[in-house]
Amino acid sequence: MRGRREETWAALAFLAPNFLGFVVFTAGPVLFSLAVSFTNWNLQRTIPFQWVRLGNFADLLHDPNFWLYLVNTGYLMLGIPLSIAGSLFLAILLSQRLRGIVAYRTLFYLPTFTSGVAIMILWKALYNPEFGPINAALGWLADTLRVAITAPTWLLSTHNLLGLDVEQVRLTASQWGVGARDALIIMGIWIGIGGSNMLLYLAGISNIPTELVEAAQLDGAGNWSIFRHVTWPQLAPTTFFIVVMSFIGGLQGGFEQARVMTMGGPAGTTTTLAYYIYTKAFEEFQIGYASALSWILFSVIFVVTLINWRVGHRELSY
Amino acid sequence: MKRGGFAAWWFRRGRFAASYAVLTVLAVTTLIPFLWMVLASFKPLAEVEALNPLPSAWHPENYLRVFQQIPFARYYFNSLFIAAWVTALQCLTSAMAAYAFARLRWRFRDHVFRLYLATLMIPGVVTMIPNYTLMVKLHLLDSYLGLIVPAAFSAFGTFLLRQFMLTIPPSLDEAAAMDGATPWQIFWDVIMPLSRAGLVTLAIFTFLGNYGSFFWPLVLIKSEHLRTLPIGMLYFDTIYGRQTNLIMAASVMNIIPLVILFVVAQKFIVRGIQLGAVKG
Repeated sequence: MRGRREETWAALAFLAPNFLGFVVFTAGPVLFSLAVSFTNWNLQRTIPFQWVRLGNFADLLHDPNFWLYLVNTGYLMLGIPLSIAGSLFLAILLSQRLRGIVAYRTLFYLPTFTSGVAIMILWKALYNPEFGPINAALGWLADTLRVAITAPTWLLSTHNLLGLDVEQVRLTASQWGVGARDALIIMGIWIGIGGSNMLLYLAGISNIPTELVEAAQLDGAGNWSIFRHVTWPQLAPTTFFIVVMSFIGGLQGGFEQARVMTMGGPAGTTTTLAYYIYTKAFEEFQIGYASALSWILFSVIFVVTLINWRVGHRELSY
Repeated sequence: MKRGGFAAWWFRRGRFAASYAVLTVLAVTTLIPFLWMVLASFKPLAEVEALNPLPSAWHPENYLRVFQQIPFARYYFNSLFIAAWVTALQCLTSAMAAYAFARLRWRFRDHVFRLYLATLMIPGVVTMIPNYTLMVKLHLLDSYLGLIVPAAFSAFGTFLLRQFMLTIPPSLDEAAAMDGATPWQIFWDVIMPLSRAGLVTLAIFTFLGNYGSFFWPLVLIKSEHLRTLPIGMLYFDTIYGRQTNLIMAASVMNIIPLVILFVVAQKFIVRGIQLGAVKG
């Protein structure tokens, strides 16, 4: 047998390339980023470099855009529960032993698998208020039914279903309607509903002991009752995992949509925190401020993860 | 109460029929945007905006015109080239580290591993900014190296492969060690072949992630000849504006490799997602 010392050297050699990369591109940058968030570092060197301590964080609290974009991020995350519920519904349908079910499963996963810039450019064309097929179809429908509707202008509209105002964090009736943020939510659901969450639910459903379902059926339980008392509680760990991951994803999401489809507009209504960080760092080159922003985001994610873990461990350990 | 005979049969048939109906409606909703994209890519521009679904005449030359207007072949090559390099390097470095974590005993092993795990929670935006300034300092802006090297290491890949390697019986390495195999030989000849399923899964997801990678090439690449597909598509859409038919042709070509990969590797993809669930 080889000695302990030899094994340690072997381990170090195997670990070395990855660990080097880990230190240079992950661990190092995290520490560096924290340090930079206490400075006014600007890549264009328009102002002299200075330690500003908590200055960036204090500025953030008084930055009206920060709060607006935080609200935008939260609004876009309203799609998450819809998307998860849809995935669960789809997974239940697809867990039946039906002929051709694999073909359906494959089909529903396609939007997730192909998602990216091309799909977003596609949806931008679909949403085009003048030339896009969605409004064309709405117009045709209105004509056929002989009703007058004003079709939404989708990505060009600041309207939203909560009536959030544009330049202030408050509600106003004049902004009520369907707009860019809702368009992004609809697209997100279309992309995500048959994706990873659905597959996780599918795996979760296949792990439910059949005896449980059969026993419930023998007791005369209907579909809804079986779902309520067997499927849903049995899927609790899966749901919990999906909710946490979606929440974390949602908090740091929205960058690609904003950059490809709306440039964060109209009037900043689709600018999320992630896109704000991008514009601060890579368009205005305010590295210090952008780093502080990214640490705020990180802290929120950290706290959410921690709370979720606590709650999850308590509720799931029955 | 148990339903019997005809009633039970009818109940099942009715439920199946309802399921098929709902699934078909959802399937059509999923497919229509794709269908519109493909049809639009064969239409003359004027017809893209019309409501009639089929083109009056098919225009496959739209696809050729994409290549004439932008260096699309070059974008294709860049995306595939970078994704292939990142995938190969990431699989190798992750597998080596995973071997050290899963199969070798050394002090502080579990501490270092926990450090790796902790970083999985860090959002990408936190490390992106320092990495960008690092690339500036190393003069790697606007280069293949700048796109490949930072992506060649992955804590998640290490984690995934470690989980795989833990399931391999330890008696195998012990037997090989008895026969005088070096750690490298054990790694390469025993562990790697047995971790094939994990490696394929990691390879697919790494390839996928890098083929569609948007943020990093967007901030790093300035020259046209280094643009990857997503960046090329973005500029095509921004600069050439309303040539919707050509833009859709480009989108179709962007998506086709993904569809092929999906059809070929579906089994691994589904398993990979379910394995990823262990992550949290």
